[in-house]
Amino acid sequence: MSTPYMVSSSAPVATASATRLLQSAIAACLGLMIVGFVGFSHIEIVHNAAHDTRHANAFPCH
Amino acid sequence: MSLFRSIVFTAVLVGSIVGTAVTAVQFFGTSQLIAKAEVYEKAGEALPAAGAAAAVPAGHDHAAMAAHDHEEEGWEPADGVERTAFTLAANILTAIGYALALTGLISMRGKALGWREGLMWGLAGFSCVMIAPLLGLPPELPGTPSAPLADRQVWWIATAAATACGLALIAFHRKPWTAVAAIVLIAAPHVIGAPAAPEGRHALAPEALEHQFIAAAAMTSLVFWALLGSLTGTFFRRFEA
Repeated sequence: MSTPYMVSSSAPVATASATRLLQSAIAACLGLMIVGFVGFSHIEIVHNAAHDTRHANAFPCH
Repeated sequence: MSLFRSIVFTAVLVGSIVGTAVTAVQFFGTSQLIAKAEVYEKAGEALPAAGAAAAVPAGHDHAAMAAHDHEEEGWEPADGVERTAFTLAANILTAIGYALALTGLISMRGKALGWREGLMWGLAGFSCVMIAPLLGLPPELPGTPSAPLADRQVWWIATAAATACGLALIAFHRKPWTAVAAIVLIAAPHVIGAPAAPEGRHALAPEALEHQFIAAAAMTSLVFWALLGSLTGTFFRRFEA
């Protein structure tokens, strides 16, 4: 990669990488929220429905 | 396809495959052991209740605590097909959740992966959410005494997060001080120690069954993460292209 190329395209590259980072981070957070809901929710019905999954995944249970 | 859609597509596909495969493995492993432990758990609940009627010495609160654990009897899936169906659904959701997190992190690094690099990411995930929490809070069978739920959840999440940061420092930085910081981060939750179970109470299931369960849960999780990582590595590259 030559220096002139870097200079001429630095702004779009920065925006693209920020967008990429944002989309990846949102996806990762969404994933952690799903795991949190299935594995860590204190709601009785959620606990009972996911009971065997929680035990097998070593999520704290009961 | 936008990056976010590629990540979601990858995660849903990988999560569905892994959740289904792991349910099959659990059906012959951990689920059988949980069913066995529940026989002891139910017998253990029945016994103190009967004993309490026949003058239990005051100050010995074991019976009261054991009975309290399962006081709140809400809805639960019926044993058999219904229970397995809910476990399948919960496994698929968990796998999709973990796959979203894994694919999101891989995508932040910004490099296309193959199945092998994906497998490495999967093994890192296995270390963070199974091996590290297992050292302080091993997978439990029903009827095992333990510290208050919220305390254990906080320790579990903090341990997984600290291990993940530690492994990331080791993998992506090459300075000696970052390696030292990583080791400190990984060790810290275990030096602090997991919330301990109340003294004087013991598990209702035999110890041998508990050990069998820990090994079965850990090995099922290894399969889960090996599949999750390598499939994510394989599919994400295709969807992203």
